[in-house]
Amino acid sequence: MTAANPATAGSGAGRLQLHNRVLAALIAAGAAGALAVGFVTLAPNRLVSGRPIGFVVACGPHFAAGMTALALVLLAAAVVPPRPALHRTAAIIAAALFVLVLATAGHAAASLAGAAPAAARISLGAGFWVVLGASALAVIDGLQRAGTSPWERLMFAATLAASVLLMTRSGVFDSLSLAHEYWAHRQEFAAALVRHIVLVAAAVGPALAIGLPLGVAAAHRPKLQTPLFAVLNLLQTIPSIALFGLLIAPLSALAAAWPILGSVGIGGIGMAPAIIALILYALLPIVRNAAAGIAGVDPAATEAARGMGMTARQLLWRIELPLAVPLLLAGLRIVLVQTIGLAVVAALIGAGGLGTFVFAGLGQYATGLVLLGALPTIGLALAADFLLQTVATLATGRLGR
Amino acid sequence: MIEIDRVSKSYGGRHVVDEVSLAIPEGMFCVLLGPSGSGKSTLLRMINRLVPLDGGTIRVGGEDVRRVPPEVLRRRIGYAIQSVGLFPHWRVGDNIATVPRLLRWPRRRVSERVTELLELLRLDPADYRGKYPHQLSGGEQQRVGVARALAADPDVLLMDEPFAAVDPVTRAALQAELLRIQQATGKTIVFVTHDIEEALRLAGGIAILEHGRLAQWGTPLAILEQPASAFVGEFVGGAASGLRVMALRTVADRLRPNETAAGEPLLDEASLRDALAAMIARHADRLPVIDRAGRPLGAITLADLVR
Repeated sequence: MTAANPATAGSGAGRLQLHNRVLAALIAAGAAGALAVGFVTLAPNRLVSGRPIGFVVACGPHFAAGMTALALVLLAAAVVPPRPALHRTAAIIAAALFVLVLATAGHAAASLAGAAPAAARISLGAGFWVVLGASALAVIDGLQRAGTSPWERLMFAATLAASVLLMTRSGVFDSLSLAHEYWAHRQEFAAALVRHIVLVAAAVGPALAIGLPLGVAAAHRPKLQTPLFAVLNLLQTIPSIALFGLLIAPLSALAAAWPILGSVGIGGIGMAPAIIALILYALLPIVRNAAAGIAGVDPAATEAARGMGMTARQLLWRIELPLAVPLLLAGLRIVLVQTIGLAVVAALIGAGGLGTFVFAGLGQYATGLVLLGALPTIGLALAADFLLQTVATLATGRLGR
Repeated sequence: MIEIDRVSKSYGGRHVVDEVSLAIPEGMFCVLLGPSGSGKSTLLRMINRLVPLDGGTIRVGGEDVRRVPPEVLRRRIGYAIQSVGLFPHWRVGDNIATVPRLLRWPRRRVSERVTELLELLRLDPADYRGKYPHQLSGGEQQRVGVARALAADPDVLLMDEPFAAVDPVTRAALQAELLRIQQATGKTIVFVTHDIEEALRLAGGIAILEHGRLAQWGTPLAILEQPASAFVGEFVGGAASGLRVMALRTVADRLRPNETAAGEPLLDEASLRDALAAMIARHADRLPVIDRAGRPLGAITLADLVR
């Protein structure tokens, strides 16, 4: 991809060549999103759907100009010949754009709210999400092309998260309906967030305790694999709502038969059935990755270990499990993200958690409330995914693979 | 001393090892030789009970191997294999320290032993101790594998085609290294290979296996000169085995004492093959022979080489 290509060099501006198609496409998508659909929506009250407000009207000239300028700089980065330093700079500019998009939305909401009655609600529009998504993807693209280390990416993510937190703290988003919903549900929000994390921990912990031994057993006894994976695959095919529902009857019966169970919180609805269902869903990825990780250990290493006098236990703890760590971490990553998402559905059977807001919002047609449940869930999942990916990269790097 | 007494093993009715008896004296370099499927690896792995015995007994140092828990037995016997099987997540030093640590040696003694072994295998301890296996070449990995097998100073070393996967130059160097170590330490080595050249180079005694049965057990020369069966004769090279004999017999065996000849003399301990090469190079059919001290011993002729 050099300027030697006559088709692109022929125009006379030989150096102006599209080097980063991804970045250019993201800018095009962001621009289209900003211009074609509403950046925010304005509704006269909480319960009716809003009217879209365009990018320029909503943002005002200063913010619109700032975002356009950053987008143009990014576009310039897409057409100059690439170097690692360039990609890193592009990532930083894209990150600045990401923060500016958020600030713009807050500013737009504040200025619209000033001119509207108190009951009016300003929500984030499709245009906002497109621009925000495009800038986030541009950050990831830049970091990938620059070949950044896991630590560098971690620093990047932490800086972005800190600036979003700082903006939230300083009230930038206070005029958005999301913030109204937050203030209205402040007490429940903290409790729901904690409950959500408790649900995930209470499911993933036992799932590891059950799944790891099952995976090890499956790797050592191939005959066990067919029936074991048949059951686990079957569990995975049951829709989550159905599984939560299916557990109600047997658990209520148990609680009715032994009241002591009911007194420790086991019943047809509540946390107990939710945690059981989440454990069942978590088993397949854990068992599958544990089995694959141990089966993937070089047979020469296990032969040598046995030939030198390691017991089966020493072989497992010193050789097989450490060598399976990259796949175990990959399994844990899948399970954490999956469980954080599935725990939302658990709110349907009274388990609490962030799903409470999602279903309440759906029932009231209040998108702000849905977002109050959905956004922290996505944040948790992204954070878990990113952290485990970093750990996995570092662990795998040590093995020189 | 390893006594293998009417040992058998079968898988699904097929005899892989069939009533093999073999007494390997202490300090011998014993090679188990045979084509693939002859049962040589299985027999080797029965000595440290990686393969359980169906019948017969094996005694190592006078003790029946079945009287010792397998882990205890294996920690007393060194073991090296073709694929090396270094633990990829452990550094070279930790790999070598495997058995000493299983035996709970004090930390200091383990560390000293690792240094000693790296030096024995001619790997600079300062440089190699902290490396990971993937940073080593194939030959270096195999050296570490041999060091690891020797780590707890076992009396017996079992080696299953350890040099089959390295290039010929490295293999020759490793063979020389192993011979030197065996002569220096006096260990009993049981070495499996399908390569007749390697066997002749290393062995004090060769056991040839055919379909799980012991076809012949003897010194390399005995096997080359008096093959016990058509199979053995064929396996050790047919007509070409004469050339191999020449590599093992020395000039001293065919010497004409007190005769004289002109030209540059041969050493009496040179092989007949070296003598033939010297005659071809010097266009001579008769050369004088001296000993290491330079004393003339006699002469040897071209005809003597093939006598």
